[in-house]
Amino acid sequence: MKALSIQNLQKTYGNGFEALKGISLDVKEGDFFALLGPNGAGKSTTLGIVCSLIRKTSGKVSIFGVDIDEDFAKAKQLIGVVPQEFNFGVFEKVEDIVLTSAGYQGLTQKEARPRAEQLLRDLGLWDKRHAQARMLSGGMKRRLMIARALVHRPKLLILDEPTAGVDIELRRSMWSFMQEINRQGTTIILTTHYLEEAESLCRNIAIIDKGEIIKNTSMKSLLGELSSETFVLDLVQPLKETPQLAGFVTRLEDATTLEIEIQKGQSVSQVFALLLEHKIEVLSLRNKANRLEELFVSLVDKTAASGFKAEKITTEVSV
Amino acid sequence: MNSVRIYWVAFTTILIKEVRRFTRIWAQTLLPPAITMALYFVIFGNLIGSRIGEMGGFNYMQFIMPGLIMMSVITNSYSNVTSSFFSSKFQKSIEEMLVAPVPSWVILTGFVLGGVARGLLVGLIVTILALFFTELTVHNLFVTITVVFLTAVLFATGGFINALFARSFDDVSIIPTFILTPLTYLGGVFYSIQLLPEFWQKVSLFNPVLYMVNTFRFGILGVSDINQWTALAAICVFIVLLFSLALWLLERGRGLRQ
Repeated sequence: MKALSIQNLQKTYGNGFEALKGISLDVKEGDFFALLGPNGAGKSTTLGIVCSLIRKTSGKVSIFGVDIDEDFAKAKQLIGVVPQEFNFGVFEKVEDIVLTSAGYQGLTQKEARPRAEQLLRDLGLWDKRHAQARMLSGGMKRRLMIARALVHRPKLLILDEPTAGVDIELRRSMWSFMQEINRQGTTIILTTHYLEEAESLCRNIAIIDKGEIIKNTSMKSLLGELSSETFVLDLVQPLKETPQLAGFVTRLEDATTLEIEIQKGQSVSQVFALLLEHKIEVLSLRNKANRLEELFVSLVDKTAASGFKAEKITTEVSV
Repeated sequence: MNSVRIYWVAFTTILIKEVRRFTRIWAQTLLPPAITMALYFVIFGNLIGSRIGEMGGFNYMQFIMPGLIMMSVITNSYSNVTSSFFSSKFQKSIEEMLVAPVPSWVILTGFVLGGVARGLLVGLIVTILALFFTELTVHNLFVTITVVFLTAVLFATGGFINALFARSFDDVSIIPTFILTPLTYLGGVFYSIQLLPEFWQKVSLFNPVLYMVNTFRFGILGVSDINQWTALAAICVFIVLLFSLALWLLERGRGLRQ
């Protein structure tokens, strides 16, 4: 079953800006799905329409088969939303925020209290349950929004940049939490600017740019499109000149840092065999850039370039 | 889950949240009107009132008491909804309700009754304060309770519409300062319109607050410048009109949805 189905969705704002140009998208039940795109691409507009904060201009949206135009109340019961910006009453107590949200979903205090306790414990906020939300750190506020979104046990969880501004340790613990609830059956749609996050967590991906879906595929097949990767090697002994490794492009960044470009089909073992021949000892090895990041930039750059061309042609014709 | 049950739980959640809000900040919401009205009782009712003598067959303190109670109900029911709903918009916590399966009429009813709760509580506090200065006699309990409740509903609904249109904190205070306060002071709180020249008596009849203050005064003292049943009917008509307008604006997402 499709957790989310979007067909030919269009949105034009009052000022005439066309934020979505008829996008179509399906998210399978149980999926961990990434919706990526540069700022202003249309991600938040898409998610805003799905959770009723933005009115669509045209198109169809259904959540677990429930059309939002026919029974939006039923569709809303199936969704949990973690928005990009903090949107709770800052003077409210942590526990009250979660219980109030449960109340809006029709859960009585008696039903919601044990759920709220479990979520606040799982997310490390139980000790802060009587604190006002304004007293929480940024990371705690993010976790509070996750607890609030999950209290009515939604089947589809929308996470709009849930780890923005969160330190790496906390980000990783939030990843584990999200993976666990996904394993338990909750479908998750994630937007993020941390592409490493999308690569680690998501099975399928759509990239949106200028209101259009420019890529919609599995993470594996998208990463398979990568033609080359650059690795950075930290060396034990300093080198005076760049070593020539047959079949590989190499660059010596400084005396103990060597960059090697490995094309699709070439193996890392070959590199090490050649390094051994040159008696070069490697201390550590890392990817120069996140793989998804490289692809993302190249895909978005492509559309930017084509947009620029189109603009240029129009200008020339006009003249 | 049964829709009626969801709506009932959502409504009580909004109402409890509203009551929790104004009781949490009681020093800003409950204390100031109590102090202001106590000053009115002391200065206008006691000091100046003793020189004015009788009005409408009652001493001045007794005459202004219903008006002062009604004035506090009007201003507090109105300002509770404007400040609470506008804060929800400003902090974006209103989005929590918009993404939940809560229909617009439940949101509106929850906020309006939250404003009514504060208006009535402040009205009760002012009534208790008044007992330190004068006796309280109730001429018609049904009219007294009905008019105070309906007035609170009407002004809470008005406050909701104000908050929907407001884009800044300045917008929240424009209507209370420039429209509500003059209407209240000119609505017969401190005088009977019989004291005015004929022309201004007729002009006063266009002030809706006059009808509420006088109907409440009829409920308490049994005297009024206007017919109380006409006034009650007019308040009901205004409630239906304003509630429908607020609901229509909320459904359209005025100031809330793009």
